[in-house]
Amino acid sequence: MNKLTLEVTETQQLSPLVKRFRFEHPDGSALPLFSGGAHITVEMPEGELIRRNSYSLVSDPYDGSGYEIAVRREDTGRGGSRYMHEKVSEGDLITVSAPKNLFQLDLRAKKHILIAGGIGITPFLSQLRQLDLAQAPFELHYAARSRKEAAGLAMLPEAAHIHIHISEEGKRMDLGEILDGQPLGTHVYTCGPDGLIKAVADQAARLNWPTSSVHSEAFTAPPPGEPFEVTIASTGQKVRVKADQSLLEALEAAGIEIDYSCRGGACGRCETSVTSCEGRILHHDHWLSDDERAEQTKIMPCMSRFKGTRLELDL
Amino acid sequence: MTFQFNEETFRGDYTYFNSPAAVQRFPFPFDQDSYMYSVNIERHPGGPKGSPFEFAFDVDEHYVSEMKDREITLAEDPMRCQSLPHMELAGWDLLELIMVSKARDYPDLFTLTRDGNQWHWINKPLGIDKKFTFLDPTTLPCGPMEYITRQAQGDFALLHEREGNLWLDAGMITSQADWSLDFDVGMNFFEWHAPVPKARKMGVFDKALKFLLAVDQEQSYRRLNWTMTVNPRLDTSPENYHKWGPEKRTITPENVGAKQFLRVELQTFWRLPRSNALAFPIRCYLCSLQDLATVPKWGRRLHRVLRDIDPDLADYKGFAVNQETIVSYLSQFDDGAPTSAGIFPD
Ligand code: FES
Repeated sequence: MNKLTLEVTETQQLSPLVKRFRFEHPDGSALPLFSGGAHITVEMPEGELIRRNSYSLVSDPYDGSGYEIAVRREDTGRGGSRYMHEKVSEGDLITVSAPKNLFQLDLRAKKHILIAGGIGITPFLSQLRQLDLAQAPFELHYAARSRKEAAGLAMLPEAAHIHIHISEEGKRMDLGEILDGQPLGTHVYTCGPDGLIKAVADQAARLNWPTSSVHSEAFTAPPPGEPFEVTIASTGQKVRVKADQSLLEALEAAGIEIDYSCRGGACGRCETSVTSCEGRILHHDHWLSDDERAEQTKIMPCMSRFKGTRLELDL
Repeated sequence: MTFQFNEETFRGDYTYFNSPAAVQRFPFPFDQDSYMYSVNIERHPGGPKGSPFEFAFDVDEHYVSEMKDREITLAEDPMRCQSLPHMELAGWDLLELIMVSKARDYPDLFTLTRDGNQWHWINKPLGIDKKFTFLDPTTLPCGPMEYITRQAQGDFALLHEREGNLWLDAGMITSQADWSLDFDVGMNFFEWHAPVPKARKMGVFDKALKFLLAVDQEQSYRRLNWTMTVNPRLDTSPENYHKWGPEKRTITPENVGAKQFLRVELQTFWRLPRSNALAFPIRCYLCSLQDLATVPKWGRRLHRVLRDIDPDLADYKGFAVNQETIVSYLSQFDDGAPTSAGIFPD
C-alpha cells in the first residue's frame, strides 16, 4: 500500500454536517494526479487504534497541488468522521493512500448522466472536471433535502447542465424524466443511498438500458455494532472486535495482514473464507451475491460483523 | 551512458548481436535449475545497477535498431498499432510516463522540458526534437500512444477496466511472441488468453486478473516470461508465421548455438493516473545459446531446465522439435557443478 504523509492546509465547514479538507505535500511537491471518481484512504490514529476510512477526492484530478475531500459527520458511526471533524485541524500531518478508482467514467459513453443523492455528490465533483476537460457531454443531477444541508452547492459550478433538486422546495428528482429519451450509448452513474441506486437501476432496466451502461458507487464507512469475537483457523488465535471497530481494523490491530483497497465493501479485495460459523454474519458489503451471503462461507471484514457464538476465519 | 547503439537487423540477414556487456546484463529468467509455471512478480523498477530492472523503461544498445525494425513492421502492417477512441487519454498517460522516466533515468539521451501543457521533448538517439501541447493530439504527427511507442522498445498494451474485467483496447504490438493485436483488440482478459493450453483450468488467469485489477497508482510490478525463437526475430506474429515458422526447421547441431535464441519478456504493469487504465509494456530480450553459455552458471542451468522441462511446456514454448538438439548442445557446458541461487551471474 503506497502511502503519502500530507499536511492539512485548509478546512471549511460546508454545511452543518459536512466539512471540506485540503491536503498538500509538506514540501510543496506535486501529488500524483488521478481520474474522476477516485478516492483516498485516510488513516485516523486514536490511541492504539488506527481507523481507516475511504473518501472520494473532490478536487480537480489534473491538479497535483493538493487533494481535497468532503466528510459528512456520522454521529452514529464508528467515530472516523467524528475524528475528522473534531480532531483534525490545519497544520496537522495526516497519512493517506495514493488515489484509487473503483468508480471510473466509461469514456466510451456518448453522454454521461451523473445522479447524486446527498453526500453522494462527492465522487462526481472530480468526474465533472474530467468531463469538462474531455469536452464530453454530460448532465449532473443533485438531490438534497434542504438547501442548508446541501453541502455540494458550495462546490458545484453553476452551469446549464447541472441540475439541483431540493425536495423541501418541492423540486423532487424525477428519474423517469431524466433517463427517458437519452441518446443511445448514454451511461448513468449513481452515488447516494441504496434506495436511490436501486431506483435508478430499476428505471434504466424499464427503459431497456444495457446493464453495462449503469454504474453506481455505494461504499460507505463501516458501521459500528455490538462487539464480537473471531477465531483464526491457522493459529487458533482469538481476536476481539470492539463496538467502534471494524473486523478488518481489529485484525490489523492483532497483526494479521489482510489485503484491502476500498474499506467500504465495494472492491472485493478483503474477501475472506469462513471455515466455521455458529451464528449469523451481518453482511454490510456490496460485493457478495445474495446466495453467497446466505451460505455464510465468506465475509468481507472491512464492513461486515457477526452475531453468534463462533466465527472461524480461514486465515 | 557507456554503450553504443548497434547497427543490426532483426530479419533477412539477421545481423543482431549482443556485446559482452549486454550478455552480462541479460535478464536470465531462471532462478533455479528447474522451471515450473509460477507467478514470479516483483516491484518495478528496482534492481542491481546496470541491470535491465534498474529503470522504469530500460534503454540498451539495441534501441535504435529496434525502433527501425518497428518502423518496417508498421509500414507493412499499420494495424499493429491500434487505439480505440476512448483510449486516447490513456495514450497521453503513457506518453507522460515514458517521457518523464526516460528524461530522468537517461539525461544524456533524452530531455523533457515542461511549462504547463507546453512540452519540449528531445530524443537524441533518434534525432527527434519536438515541441507539442500535452493533451492536444493535433500537435503530434500521430496519436500519443503511437508517438511515444515508436520511441520505446518493447510492445505496449493498454487495458481498459470495466465490468470487473480488463479489455485490450489499445496497443502497439510489433514484437509479440505469437499473438495478434488485430485479432485481440477489444477482447477482455479471458478472451485474449483463450489459446493458452490448460491455464484457464488451472485458475491461473483468475488469479492473474485479480492481481492486475489490484495494481494501484504509484505501485508498479514486473515479471519475466520466456520462450525460444530461432533467429533473432522480433516480429514472430501469427500473421507472419509463414515467414518465421519454417525457420524452426533450419536448426542443426552445428548452428544451434548461434541460431537458437532464448527470448525473454520483461513484462511490467502500471496503473495510469488520468485514465485509470493499465499499461502493460512487454519488453523483449534475445540472446543466443552460445552467448548465454559464456556465463558458466547460465550454461549449466539452461541445460538442466530445458532437459527436464514438462513436454507440454516445451511444445507451448515452441521448441519441442529442436529440444534434443538444444539439450545435447548445452550438455557440453554442464559439468554437474552446483549453481548459485538467483538469476544473476556469479
Ligand atoms: S476492502 Fe474493498 S471490499 Fe473490503
